[in-house]
Amino acid sequence: MTSQFLENVGTLGAGAWKISIRRGGWEPLPGTGEKLPESREGRRAFLKFTAAAMAAPLLFASPDSNARRRRAPDPTPEPEPEPTPVVLPPSPPTIPWVEELPSAITPLSPVSLNPPPALNANTAAGECGRADHQRWAELHGTPRQYPVTHYELSAKENPAWVFNPAYPPQRIWGFAVGSAAASTPGPTIMTRYGEPVVVRFHNKLPQNHVGFGSPEISIHLHNAHAPSESDGFPGDYFSPNKAGPTLAEPGQFKDHFYPNICAGYDSYQNGLGDYREALATLWYHDHTFDFTAPNLYLGMAGFYLMYDDLDSGNERDANPSALRLPSHPYDYPLSFGDRRFDAGGRLVYDQVSPEGTLGDKIAVNGKIEPVLRVAARKYRFRLLDIGPSRTYELYLTKTNGVVQTFTYIGNDGNLLPAPLKNQFKVHIAVAERADIVIDFSRYPIGTELYLSNRLEQDLTRQPGDVKAPGTPVLKFIVDRYPPEQDLSRVPDVLRPLPPLDLAEIAAAPVRRWVFERANGMWAINGQFFNPNTARAVIPMGGAEVWELVNIDNGWDHPIHIHFEEGRILSKTKDGVSVPVPPHEQGRKDVYVLQGMSTIRVFLRFRDFTGKYVMHCHNLIHEDHAMMLRWDIKDDD
Amino acid sequence: MNTRRNLLAGMGAVALGGLLWNRLPVELEHAVAEEIDTGSPSSYFPNVWLYTHEGEKVRFYDDLVRGKIVAINMMYVMCTGACPTMTANLRKVQQMLGERVGQDVFMYSITLQPEIDRPQHLKEYVEQQRILPGWKFLTGSPADIRRLRYGLGFYDPVPEVDNNLATHTGMLRVGNDRNQRWTMAPALADPERIITTINHVDGAMVHTAYMSGDAAVHLG
Repeated sequence: MTSQFLENVGTLGAGAWKISIRRGGWEPLPGTGEKLPESREGRRAFLKFTAAAMAAPLLFASPDSNARRRRAPDPTPEPEPEPTPVVLPPSPPTIPWVEELPSAITPLSPVSLNPPPALNANTAAGECGRADHQRWAELHGTPRQYPVTHYELSAKENPAWVFNPAYPPQRIWGFAVGSAAASTPGPTIMTRYGEPVVVRFHNKLPQNHVGFGSPEISIHLHNAHAPSESDGFPGDYFSPNKAGPTLAEPGQFKDHFYPNICAGYDSYQNGLGDYREALATLWYHDHTFDFTAPNLYLGMAGFYLMYDDLDSGNERDANPSALRLPSHPYDYPLSFGDRRFDAGGRLVYDQVSPEGTLGDKIAVNGKIEPVLRVAARKYRFRLLDIGPSRTYELYLTKTNGVVQTFTYIGNDGNLLPAPLKNQFKVHIAVAERADIVIDFSRYPIGTELYLSNRLEQDLTRQPGDVKAPGTPVLKFIVDRYPPEQDLSRVPDVLRPLPPLDLAEIAAAPVRRWVFERANGMWAINGQFFNPNTARAVIPMGGAEVWELVNIDNGWDHPIHIHFEEGRILSKTKDGVSVPVPPHEQGRKDVYVLQGMSTIRVFLRFRDFTGKYVMHCHNLIHEDHAMMLRWDIKDDD
Repeated sequence: MNTRRNLLAGMGAVALGGLLWNRLPVELEHAVAEEIDTGSPSSYFPNVWLYTHEGEKVRFYDDLVRGKIVAINMMYVMCTGACPTMTANLRKVQQMLGERVGQDVFMYSITLQPEIDRPQHLKEYVEQQRILPGWKFLTGSPADIRRLRYGLGFYDPVPEVDNNLATHTGMLRVGNDRNQRWTMAPALADPERIITTINHVDGAMVHTAYMSGDAAVHLG
């Protein structure tokens, strides 16, 4: 049968599922209905039960309650129960530590694209009507440090994905190579600065899909320094049957050109840009206007890792300036996404809830409570909060709960100037990344460790308190010695930061963006996203200070600004200046605005022109229009 | 199949704290009773009885939503806040959609003050606002309207905000019941942008950007 909207899940009220929602999670509610009635008779019984639950307050509230009480068998119909918003029941139990993650990732293999990619949209071959690639001859047609590399991925449905052995095989939307089954996250792309890359994204999603998720794609590479026609602008979504408002024609595929240059390409004139602007951990994901939350929730995301001469991806690199951080197969991305399942163990998403759907199960690389077997040596993990709404505070612990340390080397995909040693937690909001190095050589073979989330959260609006021991979401088992000596290291100096020029900052234009609630939706400066209208136009090469403001206290906003990494200049909370935590003192592209706070960010706009966005990366806020378009224009 | 889901959708939700039992016009009490007694169809939305501004008695899901592309907002006649501007803006949307309204796309406005906004008041409002045919204004019993408001996601999780008429929703619920695809647009957004979202859920529209008249491209 076709999938149903919220399959197998009813519109439920508090109490109906024998649980009560409270801050910090679910608890059983004693003495409520034993089981949900299935028949008409049962339905009547259910109504009677709910009416009984309401009887007392109603009697006292009703103006004619005395009269009602006097008339012994009251013939008036039972009052309708007071309507309340929909409440989703908790996900059914899962079986922990059975699903195994692969011991190493398999990077996506390059292909030779046929037909070859071109400057113009190849609409004759089925490409959607995108704008021409910027600087194509210069950055794609001219020899650079490395030859051009092509990749090909299809956004596709996998009808039999297993999140956990307790749940049935079921639909996800992920990415696939050729005719293989799609996975979530999709295949990891490993690439280098100086290597021009074209990724051909096919849209092979079922166009007759029924239920949450819309079968169009606009793939954003977060946070590549990419030309706007390859940035996955929300209005650039396409399918064979549909063209987004900023695309000329529909199509079956779209070529994204990633020049893999560092920001500052034009001013440095070294054929690479400013190496201090290099990113390491990026991720690609759908950004379709109106439907980003359900589409990402269905699984359309994957990692894109970048290397250069410094962070070379080779721990045995003979180049003396190479960092030699733990490298593949000991370089491992991990995504964390909150998901909700119905009583039958199927993924649910409430399309009309103004608050979205908060998951109570954490999918780690698409698996719930998986195991990762590791060798007794150093690993680099690239942690990503893949959304839609939950924030994490992750701790590494022994099975007895004792917290273990690790080294924090990068935030939002950017290596820090120096590693933060002896760390014991990673706090990431949606779309934030944290690169860490864990040294498993400290543990005897057979040791089991957990990665646990200690941050409680019961609303999509903001997380609650940190509480030990938390929920284990991933188990590591140290099960072997490495076949070779571990020559990787974490040097005391990683990637230097571009210097900040205080005079330049003082002279930079300041834009103030207030993130607020308006008319039951989420607004920026009182306005909602319109893909056709730029709210800021910035000259190419410009530098600005953006002041991000949250004037309320009941919610947080992880604000993502596309295109270039920014620097946090200052933070205030409740009107008082607060220190910027060490892991946020480097470059960032997600700025987590807590309640009643202001963050000032220094940003540059270099090398490309076109349309980009800033938005809240809490996906329900994004879809409920907390996004704006800004453009870069070349004044020449 | 899906008995439980149907049951629950028809039932609405259950509150443990009761409020005043509103006295309703006789016909609406009957409507409530019928709603309870009639098996609900397979729908996520409450299939409540409503009255159109033309006095027609309709069921929300069966008659207004089933198999249709819809755009739904909430308003009330006496509103001096966002409603007049929203209605005027949506009237532009209606004009720009032209003959698609009432044929391919269905526009509905549901009153937030069903006790006051009876069909004749809505009719007067429609005439006063010079609303074109094909866009229905709807009222019903207060409990049903409340149920519908929650069912459509027109609420705030904070009760104080939710119960404050002055901060009522400015959302336009946009969806296509045929493929059970639901999203929203701000009712005060540019009409072209609202139409882009309507075109996104309308399987017949290839180009989602607003194009007037003959420029619009239809599939099949």
